[in-house]
Amino acid sequence: MSAALKQKKVGLTGNSAVAYAMMQIDPDVVPAYPITPSTTIIEEFSSYHADGKVTGELITVESEHSAMSASVGAAAAGARVMTATSAQGLALMWEVLYIASGMRLPIIMPIVNRALSAPINIHCDHSDSMGARDSGWIQLYAETVQEAYDNTIMAVRIAEESDVLLPIMSCQDGFITSHAIECLELIEDKDVKDFVGEYVPKDTLLDVDNPVTMGAMALPEFYMEFKRDQSNAMTRAKDAVSKISAEFAETFGREYGLFESYKLDDADVAIVVLSSAAGTTKVAIDKLRAEGKKVGLLRPRLYRPWPHAEIAEALKNVKVVCVLDRADSMNDFGGPLFGDVRSALFDLDTAPKVFGRIFGLGGRDYKVVDAEGVIGELYKVLETGKIEQLNRYITI
Amino acid sequence: MAEGAAVKKKQKVNVPFDYDKYLRKGKLPHIWCPGCGHGIVLKSLLRAIDKVGLDKSSICMASGIGCSSRTPGYVDFNTLHSLHGRAIAFATGVKLAKPEMNILVTIGDGDALAIGGNHFIHACRRNIDMTVIIYSNAIYGMTGGQVSPTTPEGAMSTTSPHGNMEPAFDACAVAEASGASFVARSTAYHMQELEKVLTAAIEHKGMSVVEVLDSCPVYYGRQNKYKSASHMMEEIEKKGTVSGAQAKNLSEEEIGDRFVRGILKQDKDGVEYCDAYDNLIAKVQVKK
Ligand SMILES: Cc1ncc(C[n+]2csc(CCOP(=O)(O)OP(=O)(O)O)c2C)c(N)n1
Ligand code: SF4
Repeated sequence: MSAALKQKKVGLTGNSAVAYAMMQIDPDVVPAYPITPSTTIIEEFSSYHADGKVTGELITVESEHSAMSASVGAAAAGARVMTATSAQGLALMWEVLYIASGMRLPIIMPIVNRALSAPINIHCDHSDSMGARDSGWIQLYAETVQEAYDNTIMAVRIAEESDVLLPIMSCQDGFITSHAIECLELIEDKDVKDFVGEYVPKDTLLDVDNPVTMGAMALPEFYMEFKRDQSNAMTRAKDAVSKISAEFAETFGREYGLFESYKLDDADVAIVVLSSAAGTTKVAIDKLRAEGKKVGLLRPRLYRPWPHAEIAEALKNVKVVCVLDRADSMNDFGGPLFGDVRSALFDLDTAPKVFGRIFGLGGRDYKVVDAEGVIGELYKVLETGKIEQLNRYITI
Repeated sequence: MAEGAAVKKKQKVNVPFDYDKYLRKGKLPHIWCPGCGHGIVLKSLLRAIDKVGLDKSSICMASGIGCSSRTPGYVDFNTLHSLHGRAIAFATGVKLAKPEMNILVTIGDGDALAIGGNHFIHACRRNIDMTVIIYSNAIYGMTGGQVSPTTPEGAMSTTSPHGNMEPAFDACAVAEASGASFVARSTAYHMQELEKVLTAAIEHKGMSVVEVLDSCPVYYGRQNKYKSASHMMEEIEKKGTVSGAQAKNLSEEEIGDRFVRGILKQDKDGVEYCDAYDNLIAKVQVKK
């Protein structure tokens, strides 16, 4: 590893850190509409904009549907585009999310995860971005402020990778991460600029020498070919994430993979969980490790595309796995992460037993004792060989 | 017991209007900031409802999301707290399912004119019987003071720190042009006038739009250098408006950029949407 470039240590909230990254990236166009808890990303970005720290255009549109539509328009015209949202805002973008991915436009969108209505709630869970998991966007999930900042920067490169060209969501937990001040290292402006580079779009509107049509009709004779190409690009996105994370580690010294493994090597039982809840879980793991319990954790960072083979490999020697979902699929079969993990493990010769628990919806606290409770359940299954309840709610 | 005691105490000081009978007292205190105009609008609305004599259970109050949209949470009617921008669309559904209900929609300027602008103009066009009360504070209050479609050109907001570069909507002009049969404007400062206007709006059959200029001292006020909530009322609601009667004797130049208050349009002959629907059914059935 080469000597990491100079960085400065500061204390920032998750949203401030992401706004700072956006300022450093300086996208060409940012169409935005406010929604709690992502609002301050755009608010702080608008201050950078007003202070002349960025050169791109900021437009405060009249809804998220318009924000994503304007993003698509700007990206189709060849701009590097960013916006940010949460919950209902993401829900209102739904129709347009598919246009962005279908047109292969590498739009970069920080998401601050928040519960969906009804009932109305502004606190953290993953029901917003989980609902968009099949929209053809790459999804990264961050545990800490540092990671939210780093992911924002890496996201630009991943989305714009020439054999990928897909939009990307970079998620962090609402309030828990977005509004909590943590210490992080900020990269120098110039080094961020060098890392993300200049965006050179492949095909754009307004290129009079090579006029193109975007979003045209493709009936049964072509539609599937478009979708297969898109699906293949999603497959390649996984390698892009590995490659760009490695380059990031080389340049800035912080290593990220497709997922994080914590004390997993010799683990008998393991928890799989996304984002900030992993931090709480690690505290419980340390405590129980001290008592001689072999517990580990796997925290997916890349959720779309789903690194199923790598995850199966990482969990193959574990005997019992509990997947914690901060969203419910409302399908009588647990949350989305549960389904994906269980399915990834299915082909293993000796697949671990897997059960799921839904936790922390609408900002309900997930504490160290809750993680300890889950580990207790894991050990019970390990000892009896029986899963008594495949899925249920905890922290309730 | 404590409640009973409170009522007795109030009877002693002879409160002229019993707001309590329309409120869900368990939900108080409300969330609005000190000096916010939204509470004054609610008071005027309750008095207007009382004057018209609406039965509480005949009312459905719908709202979107925003500080103003919290209103239905505090009132003892049938209430529907919906999505940011969608209140009028939800309310349209309620009206079609239960045409006998009295529909009130309490929403912010952002809700009505930005994210929900489409529903607003089409409900006006249909002239469906409901009363839409826009709490017009020229800002997105709930999310922290971002620019709204009613923010005046040049005004400060958290997303326009060098002044708003976009021209503002005139909510009443939009409503009139879109076909609403009753359009009026008042302010939180002119509480008695507001009560009268709201009474007429509720009594009117068809789409009634009332824009109420009120203040968000916390975001709009602070960012635009108003000294206090009362200073804002004085400058924006009092000096920034003229009554319809005054306006009659003034030239356009004399009115300048002040807003005209009072009932701006009332078309009693326009066919209301539910009636139009019934008429169509009757017509089609006769043909058969
Ligand atoms: C789809 C969606 N986008 C954004 C929001 C966030 N949001 C909540 S209230 C609001 C603006 C409120 O402003 P206004 O309607 O003018 O009402 P006020 O709070 O000023 O009374 C916004 C943007 C949301 N709830 N839903
Ligand atoms: S933020 Fe503004 S609109 Fe909202 S309650 Fe406070 S003063 Fe009223």
